Amino acid sequence: MLHAVALLYRIESNILKGVFEGFFVWRNMKKKKNRLWEFFSSTKLALFCFFTLAIASIAGTIIPQSKDPGFYIGKYGETTAEMFRLLNIPDMYNSWWFIGILGLFSINLIICSIDRLPTVWKLVTMDNLATKVNRLEKMTPRIRFGTKQPQQEVVSQVEQTLKGAGWKPSQGEREGGTLFFAQKTPWVRFGVYIVHLSILVIFAGAIIGTLFGSKGSIMLREKAQVPFFYEFGSSERVPLGFDLRCDNFSLTYYDTGSPKEFRSELTVLENGQEVLQKSIVVNDPLNYKGYTFYQSSYQAYDEFWLTIQNQNTGARKTLLARPGVELKWREAGISVGIVNVQQPDRWGRYRLKIWFSDGKGEPSVFWVDGETVVSVERLDAPYDFKSEQLFATGLQVAKDPGVWPVYIGCIMMLLGLVVAFFLSHKRLWVYIYEEEDKTKILVAGSSNKNKVGFENMFNTLVEKLEDNETLQLSKE
Amino acid sequence: MDSSKLLGITTFIYLFSSLIYMIMFIFKVKKIGLLATVVTIIGFLINTAGIGMRWLESYQMGPGMGHAPLSNMYESLVFFAWSIIILYLVVEFIYKNKIIGAFAVPFAFASMAYASLSPEFSTAITPLVPALQSNWLIAHVFTCFIGYAAFAVACGTGIMYLVKSRDKGDSPDSLLSTLPSLKVIDDITHKVILFGFIWLSGGIISGAVWANSAWGTYWSWDPKETWSLITWFIYASALHARFTRGWGGKRIAWISIIGFLAVVFTYYGVNFLLSGLHSYG
Repeated sequence: MLHAVALLYRIESNILKGVFEGFFVWRNMKKKKNRLWEFFSSTKLALFCFFTLAIASIAGTIIPQSKDPGFYIGKYGETTAEMFRLLNIPDMYNSWWFIGILGLFSINLIICSIDRLPTVWKLVTMDNLATKVNRLEKMTPRIRFGTKQPQQEVVSQVEQTLKGAGWKPSQGEREGGTLFFAQKTPWVRFGVYIVHLSILVIFAGAIIGTLFGSKGSIMLREKAQVPFFYEFGSSERVPLGFDLRCDNFSLTYYDTGSPKEFRSELTVLENGQEVLQKSIVVNDPLNYKGYTFYQSSYQAYDEFWLTIQNQNTGARKTLLARPGVELKWREAGISVGIVNVQQPDRWGRYRLKIWFSDGKGEPSVFWVDGETVVSVERLDAPYDFKSEQLFATGLQVAKDPGVWPVYIGCIMMLLGLVVAFFLSHKRLWVYIYEEEDKTKILVAGSSNKNKVGFENMFNTLVEKLEDNETLQLSKE
Repeated sequence: MDSSKLLGITTFIYLFSSLIYMIMFIFKVKKIGLLATVVTIIGFLINTAGIGMRWLESYQMGPGMGHAPLSNMYESLVFFAWSIIILYLVVEFIYKNKIIGAFAVPFAFASMAYASLSPEFSTAITPLVPALQSNWLIAHVFTCFIGYAAFAVACGTGIMYLVKSRDKGDSPDSLLSTLPSLKVIDDITHKVILFGFIWLSGGIISGAVWANSAWGTYWSWDPKETWSLITWFIYASALHARFTRGWGGKRIAWISIIGFLAVVFTYYGVNFLLSGLHSYG
């Protein structure tokens, strides 16, 4: 991954260089012109945004959101409620001023990045071989050696040692000596800007979602189908462009009586043709044509599906029965009805008392236990009875094309944070020159973070130089 | 041996270990340092065994009942203690300073003690409600609590900094002379906050992704979400103030304490004072 990033950065660097230089000129013009630029690029503004967003958010969690106007009058009094209304407090997170602060924060992020990137860009792309020797003399860590070996031999030995230690040195002539320079992960200096950019990407995703997405809900009875859903907020019908049918909803319980699973069997229909079937549960939604359908609630009705099957002929019929209403299965000459209901207990178990007549002999009256099958002997044939309570499934519908930008932003943020906090740009110089008949080696390094770790790395390299028998170094 | 016994023992070991660290700090008995570490490690192992045992027990309760023990307030407090200890042990190992233990391990003890003694929380293993039946449960809880634990440790070192900074004299007999230098404490606090900030970000992100896969909305300004964001803002401010304005020392120490108060409110206060979607812990 890091290699890919490094490679990408090398490829892009020439193109970007031009762009950045353009920026540079533009920025300088701006800078001279006004103090506004300074204001928008300041950390002070960032801290102000953090602070106001935090305070406003606290208010938003204390004052209940999205209630009826009457609620606020009742709870806070007429005057305060009116003030809340003016400031959009009941829908604070979508209010003009809250969005305004987020906008200000975005501008701050953009301007501050534009303001600082050129400097960082220079640091990353600068020719470190042009570094003045007297600057090397001031760096820590730093060490100097001397040897009797000729300079040429030392140069080739040092180069080999550097390469052996995993550095990739470049070489130049400087003030009569030879200067080696090598660096590791210079691009980590962009880490913090990746984090800043990630926030903007997340905001962009949120804006895309607001502009092009829509959210709503459907309450769908078993066996029913709909071509639309009701949008949140506006409560308007939004056409789906296809039909959605609920074949079955089931609710199961743990022994403790707490709900275990809400499951809806859904079917998508295009022009009356079934194109997709899926059984959804709370954490496993159905996706179709950009819409996602989530299991979110349910409603139980005081109505029951009764399935009657003639065991001899195999003929069967499912009827939706309401207690106290007689239903007919005309082809079979059968009348049936629910005469009594024992309401579901906390495990969803109910009992039905059924009245059943096929027009031959006395009608049968019997109890059916929930969804268990009951057989009833009649003169003509035995019949099987099965019941199931009628439910409607509550679905949440979402179409949000901004989700992917948001996720990409999230990944960028995490990677950026790791890079910005824990990786460092390490630079190493080795200067070899002649002085008083001796060859001198000056090793110096710098790291923008984790100085302790870098010193260990530096010392390992120094040990390798000291162990090199050809060099015969002595510390100075 | 069942999980509740193991976790009960854990509580006492963390108390014992807190005491040893404090004795070491107050009476300057350096010799018992090794004992303190060993006791803490034993406590951590028993804590781990207790969590593992509870996990197993849930599977033994019947089909469909098994789940990671991260589903309610009691279980999360136990996991919070676990996270604090592992994080503290890493800090102790890296910085080779045991006095920090006197400021960090008590947080783990407090969390365990509160979990076991408070009558508000049931210690019974309950099956997962449908909303929690997701692979995101472990990822989300784990990321959040590693972050929370880091902020607890940072709060401990922040307090340590403030205690030490009151020490005017340089007398070698001073109680505070055993503490690391202010510069080192400041550095530890800063690094631990950096670490915690990444995990908090990961926790918020994993929560958003999970919310989107369960409800179709990655962010709904639910009080839990909002408070986690407030906490994030607090630490983000601390980092910006430090990186660009050179804040350090007492100011960062105070922010580490205020930030941790926000963490505690996000974690605990929201559930009891505000209503929202996040009612499980």
